[in-house]
Parts: sequence; structure tokens; C-alpha cells
Amino acid sequence: MISRRFVIFSGIAAAGGLAVGYALTPFSTLERAAQLVAKEGAASLGAWVRIGSDNSVTVIVPHSEMGQGVHTALPMMLAEELDADWSLVSMEQAPPDVAFANGAMVREYLRGDMSIPGWMSGVTEFGSRKIAELTHLQITGGSTAVRYTGVRAMRVAGAAARRMLIKAAAAAWNVSEGEIEAKQSRLSHKSGKNATYGEMAVAAAAFDPPVDPPLKAKKDYKIVGTPMKRFDIPAKVDGSAKYGIDVRQPNMSFAVIAASPVYGGTLKSVDEKPAMAMRGVKKVVKFPDAVVVVADNTWRAKEALLALQPIWDDGENANLTQASIFEGMTAALKKGDLTEDYGNGDVDDALKSAKNVVESLYRVPYLAHATMEVMNCTAHFEGDKLTLWGGFQDGLGSRAAAAKFAGLAIENVTLHHMAMGGGFGRRGRQRQRTIDYLERAIAVARQVEGPVQLVFTREEDMTQDNYRQASVAWMKAALDDDGKVNAWLHTFTEKHDPPEAVRVNYGFANQAVRYATGTNPVPWGSWRSVDHSQHGFFIESFMDELAYAAKTDPFEFRRAHLADAPRHRAVLELAASMAGWSNPRQPGRAMGIAIREIFGTIVAQVAEVSLTNDGRVRVHRMWSAVDPGEVINPATFTAQIQGGAIYGLTAALYGEISIDKGRVVQQNFPDYEMVRMADAPEHEVRFIESGARTGGAGEPGTVPVAAAVANAVFALTGQRVRELPLMKAKFIGKTGGS
Amino acid sequence: MITIHVNGTPQQVDAEDGMPLLWAIRDVLNMTGTKYGCGVGACGACTVLIDGVAMRSCSFPVGLAAGKDVTTIEGLKTGDTLHKVQQAWIDAQVPQCGYCQSGQIMAAVALLQEKSRPTEADVEEAMTNICRCGAYTQIRAAINAAARA
Ligand code: FES
Ligand code: FES
Repeated sequence: MISRRFVIFSGIAAAGGLAVGYALTPFSTLERAAQLVAKEGAASLGAWVRIGSDNSVTVIVPHSEMGQGVHTALPMMLAEELDADWSLVSMEQAPPDVAFANGAMVREYLRGDMSIPGWMSGVTEFGSRKIAELTHLQITGGSTAVRYTGVRAMRVAGAAARRMLIKAAAAAWNVSEGEIEAKQSRLSHKSGKNATYGEMAVAAAAFDPPVDPPLKAKKDYKIVGTPMKRFDIPAKVDGSAKYGIDVRQPNMSFAVIAASPVYGGTLKSVDEKPAMAMRGVKKVVKFPDAVVVVADNTWRAKEALLALQPIWDDGENANLTQASIFEGMTAALKKGDLTEDYGNGDVDDALKSAKNVVESLYRVPYLAHATMEVMNCTAHFEGDKLTLWGGFQDGLGSRAAAAKFAGLAIENVTLHHMAMGGGFGRRGRQRQRTIDYLERAIAVARQVEGPVQLVFTREEDMTQDNYRQASVAWMKAALDDDGKVNAWLHTFTEKHDPPEAVRVNYGFANQAVRYATGTNPVPWGSWRSVDHSQHGFFIESFMDELAYAAKTDPFEFRRAHLADAPRHRAVLELAASMAGWSNPRQPGRAMGIAIREIFGTIVAQVAEVSLTNDGRVRVHRMWSAVDPGEVINPATFTAQIQGGAIYGLTAALYGEISIDKGRVVQQNFPDYEMVRMADAPEHEVRFIESGARTGGAGEPGTVPVAAAVANAVFALTGQRVRELPLMKAKFIGKTGGS
Repeated sequence: MITIHVNGTPQQVDAEDGMPLLWAIRDVLNMTGTKYGCGVGACGACTVLIDGVAMRSCSFPVGLAAGKDVTTIEGLKTGDTLHKVQQAWIDAQVPQCGYCQSGQIMAAVALLQEKSRPTEADVEEAMTNICRCGAYTQIRAAINAAARA
């Protein structure tokens, strides 16, 4: 602690200009950050912004772009406080270096505003826990970028830089600071004197940055809150964006891997000859649990791998089936030896004395991430130096993990961030496994001359994922004579993150949340919204059951339980009014509603469904009301809610990874189907900017949709959905709408 | 040696006839704008135009492309000017991660070549590519805008 402190820092370098950063970090690290981002023609001593003498503004963003728009949203926040001319602003991704760790998250932690999220444990390499851990994070996930880096660092750096420019102008023109106007990257004084930020940048660097610069009021925003075009998009429409799988280096090889299809299995033997006889094949690499073919292109490696017939020792999971997993989970819940997670009042007592008790068993399957770009990484050893190319949600953590795995000092590892064809949690570090594709690539590269690109085929990507957990929930509740919930008992299998994913905002007098652990050996990974993805379905489906048990409209029932949660109530009401909740639907259609709070953002969704002739569910329209506190880029945020809902709808309708004989059954998209355009509902999104602490954008849209759709199915058919995906069931319509 | 015309330029490809066109483009010609998503014709990430028709190149042997005109995402621009579909994609801010978008754009180009004013049903029939980020609302809007452009 003593050697670390919060600082706003600034400086100037040879070529002139101003740079400002803001971090919790020792000074030696700041200097390092300065060197790393210093450029000819601009000065830099800082981590977050560089103002060139040509008046350009470069914002350095320490997070990865996965399509969530963070490479644009963070510069918008900084440029707003700087009062920059947006057309002069560009961004640069920070290198994976300690200097660019998520200092803002640390500050948040030290202020007591956040606890270390569980999903971060196990993602760091250096030091023991807590602060040391946080200072080596550069993670993008859990909606952290805007919430922490943006709010706590970008804004402050922008405001500090602006103050320094004003001070410099005041000194140069010999007028008082208060008389200087700074806007659109230009300083001016009523005397007619004026200068661009760039012209004043060198002089500004001589001033000390203010300690706690005042930030703008929302009503004065000009950039934040407007639908700015994203910086990353032009390269994504002409094929020029380079993803990890697009890395091409001289003398490069391509490798394809098959790991033991059964978890925990090992490779007994494999005859290499059939592969080695094929054109372009360079090598067969054997690992204790996998076999790899290295060739001169991806397809030849793929074909040669298919020609091999590895003999596996399946190990102890060889007889695992999905049915046995679910049975074990249900048994664990019924047995009752559960970990107490959260609660208030005395739920057991309340349930014992209650007259009207409702209980239900729910379950959801494993889910794969199925990012559009399969897992891959390119690695190259030159002596004791290792160079890596790939897509990582946590660049710095990945670099550290690579160094540890390779047994090298971190300075000897260079990591090139490539564009990511989707992350959704898969490209971050997982607790049970490390960054598997990175480590595999390093292990292969050790045995190959020159750079080698390791690619998971889609089949490998799907069968060797870290999965959203399958889970069983046993929900139990009691209604009092007024039709209100008096007791709520939520028990389930396997708790991961975030801890609050099981919480409800309904005022229940007695409640308890309990869980069973150790119910299955399938590797877990955080999957867009993490535990919210299953609990959103359990909680909001069961709430719907209770509404019907209380003979109350599902919207009114929720509303009545949100008396002490005004933000949630407002969001719920907005969603209902957008959807015209009380208006009759056309025959054969019905609506369902659900509301959840996810990473600080409250989302209520309404879905309108019908049945196809063969009894399948079709979602026609959706409405989302969202309170994220504030909206930085409304176009991006809307797209995130809509896209997130498609991700959640895919899971609700089709998503299922199942285990048979210890292996994943689904291999590729034909058997792990996705929502495509014809299935995609029309989806209206509206925001409430309550001004509360900023919430996330990437995950919230994924969560309520499953329950909203399932609840609509109940309204339409009277059949309660207690298991996903919906496509496994056939439904029979009642006559008329809801 | 197989000769294919890629974006108007004849290219010699030293590959087995059975190698999917996708890998000949990506790994032999090193043009990486065309993407691998599934390898089995199920996602559309690899879509290119072969003699003007949208094809999933992962399931199209390079031998069959001999002598044919292949258009990839890199070949849509005229000089520095974007194709109207690409421009519509920027205007509607379609891409999220962007990985599926080469294929989506190629499918949309083929659709609009065939039907300059596609109906909703035409769009849904032609656009079966997966977008894992779920940018379908924006894709639809961009196609409609490009049809009017
Ligand atoms: S890669 Fe060709 S359709 Fe998926
Ligand atoms: S934009 Fe990411 S898959 Fe379509």
C-alpha cells in the first residue's frame, strides 16, 4: 500500500504535447506507461490521453474490443470532459503492460464501492490476492470497462487535461483562468486571443494536474449520450480487420488439435503414419491428453488429424451421461446438505406454517460459447523470447499467464492483441482451466520451427469449451392471504459468479438462497452474464408461477413486490407500457414479462410469442426497458441489448450441450442451432437514465429473455416451461390470446 | 495448379482439387477477409460470390472453381469507394465483433444483385448466415437502406 497511491500524472516528451493519465500505481510504472505510448510528434507521460501538437487527441484504452463498443465509448467519456473536437479524436489499444492495469477498479475497491468480483479470482498471476491482484488486471468482462475505467479514470483524465490547458493559456495570455473558454479543442479569450489545444499542449504539460478536477454535469454533455460512430467498424466491412485466426507470418505453420473427448481422459497411443504420409504435414505432436497435427495449411492439418485414430484412456468420466448428471443434481438438492448463501427472516419457519405453498423444479443444460471465431492463437519461440498473437479479454493477464506457462520472465513475452471474433467470457481466464488455447499454442510452438497458428476446429471448439453450467433449481415459496410472497426459498446447484446473481429486488419478508456443490466434473466457464443466465430464468419463471397462484396479473404481481425498489418499478412499468401490456393481442399470441438487475443495469423485457403449426415457439416481438444509470453511446447500447437478447434467445430456444459417455454430443452448428434472421424478433429498446451508478451494457440484454418467452408460452398454452431449451418441447395452443 | 480469377485477378493455386475454396483463399492466397466459422456450410461466414452467386466456400472444392470468377469481401470496393452495401453497413453501424460480417455482406450483395427491392420474406430467405453477436436488426436495416441507395 505504501508504495502505491492514486495520482493524476502528466508530462511532456521530446516532440511536444501533453499527456495525462490517472492511476493507482507506483511512479516507476507511470514512466513505463509513458515510454510505451510515446510517439514521434506527440508527447506523452501518461497512460490515457495524448494531445499532439497537430491538435490530435489520442485516447489509450486498456480494454479489448469484442464488439461491445468500448473502444469508442471510453474515448467519448474522456473527450467529453476535455471538451475536445470529436472529429480529432482517435483511439489506441493499450499494450498488455502492468502500467495499464485496471487501476480504476482498484480505486473503486479501496473506496469500498465494490468487492472483488468472484469472477476475477483466478484470473491473475502476480502476488497474492486483493490489491496486488487487481493491479495486474486488464480484463474486459463483467461489464467493467465503462463502469470502472470510464467513470473513474477517463473522465478524470479528460477534465485534468482541460484544466491544465486552461492554466497554460491563462499564463501565456496573462489573464485569469476563469476568463478562458475551452471548447471544441480550442482555447479562447474575450480579447480575441485563441489557440488550439495542440498549440498549448507543451506549455500545459508544465503545470501540475489538479488533484480532483470537477466533472461536467450531465446537462452539459455534448458527446456522451449521442450515437457516435464506432472507430472499429470501417475495418470490419472491407475484410481488413485482422482477427487472431488471420495472423499470417513468414514461414508459418498451422496446427489443429484433438483433445480427449472425455473429460480427464488421456492419450494412450496414436499411429502417426497415416497423417505423416499426407501432403503438407510437418509433424504430429502428442500431449498427455491430446494429439496435434502441424501442416502447411489449416485444411491439410484438419484432414490429417481426421486420418489419425488416437486410442484414448477415457478415465473415470467414461460413463457420465446427462441424465446421470441431472439425477445427481436433483438428489443433492433433495438431500439438503446445502451451503447457505444469503437470506433474511426465517424462511423454514414461514414455510412450515404457510397454507399456500408453491414449489417447482427447474433445470437448464450446459451451454457452449460458440464465438463466431473459433479459439486460436499463434505462437513463436525465438530462443527464450516468445511472441504471441491472438484475441484475449484480459491482455495483461494473458501475457502473464503465457509467461508463467512458458517459464519465461514476462519481459520476454510479447503479446499482440488481435480483433476478437466474439468473447462472451470464453476468451478470458477461467478458474478451473487457464487460457487453454493460449497454453496449447505455446506447447505446440515449443516443438515447431517458426511461428505456428493453433486453431480449434468448430467441432473442437464446441466439445472442448468451458461451459455455462447445467443446473437444477428447486424453488419453493409461500403466499400469504393477500396474495403476497411471504417466504422464498431458492436452492440450486453450483454457484459461480457474480454473487448477487441470485438476489431479487422484491421485498420478501423471509427468504433464503442455498446451493449444492461438487455435482459434476464438466469444466465451467463464465458465459455472457455468468450465473445470471440461469438464475434469471429460475427466478422470473417462478415469480410468474406465483403470480398465477395468487390469481394476479404477472406484471401487477411483480409491481406489487417492488414497492421499495422505485428504479425497478419504473423500468417494469416502462416495459409494460411499451408493449401495451394491458391491450388484447391478436388471436394465437400472448406476452410474458421478466425483470432482472445485471451488473448494475436494470432490464425488464416483454416477449410476444405464438406457436407454429407443429407446436414450436416463435417470438415475434420484444420490448426492453433499461436503466443503466446513464448511457454513453445510445446506438451501441441499443445494439448490445438487442444482440444480448439474441444470445439469450438462442439459449432459450435451442441451446443445449449434453453429455453422453463422458463426451459432449453436439459438434457443430447444425446440432447447436442459433437464432438466425428469420427467427429474430423485432425488438424495441428504451432507456431510463436515472443517474444511478453506471451499469453494464454487454450482458444485461441476455438475461430476462428466457423467462419472458417461457412466461409468454404459459400465457398462451397453460403449459409451464421448467426446462430449457424450448425446442425440446411441443406446445399446444389454447384458443385466443392472453 | 488451378487457376481461379479472384477479384478480377487470375491466381495460380497450388492445391489439391478437393481443398475447399475457403482454405485456398485464406491459407494459400493469404486473403483473410473470408472467414472460417463451421466448415460444414452451416454458418455462412465463408460466403463468397462464384460467378456472381453467393456460395459457402468451405463446402466448395477449389477444383470446381477453376476458371471461375470469385469475388471476396476484399474485391467489393471500386478503387477507394465502398460498395453501397458496405457503406450501408457503416451507416447502420452493423458489425459488433464483426467476424461474421464479410459473409453477411457477400450474401446481401448477392441478394441485391438478384432482387433490387427485396421483400421482408426475400431477405429472410437469403440471409441465413449466423451472427453470434445478434446484429440482425442492424443487418436488416442496412439491407433496406442499400436497396434504396
Ligand atoms: S464456414 Fe462455411 S458455412 Fe460456416
Ligand atoms: S458481428 Fe459478431 S458474429 Fe456477427
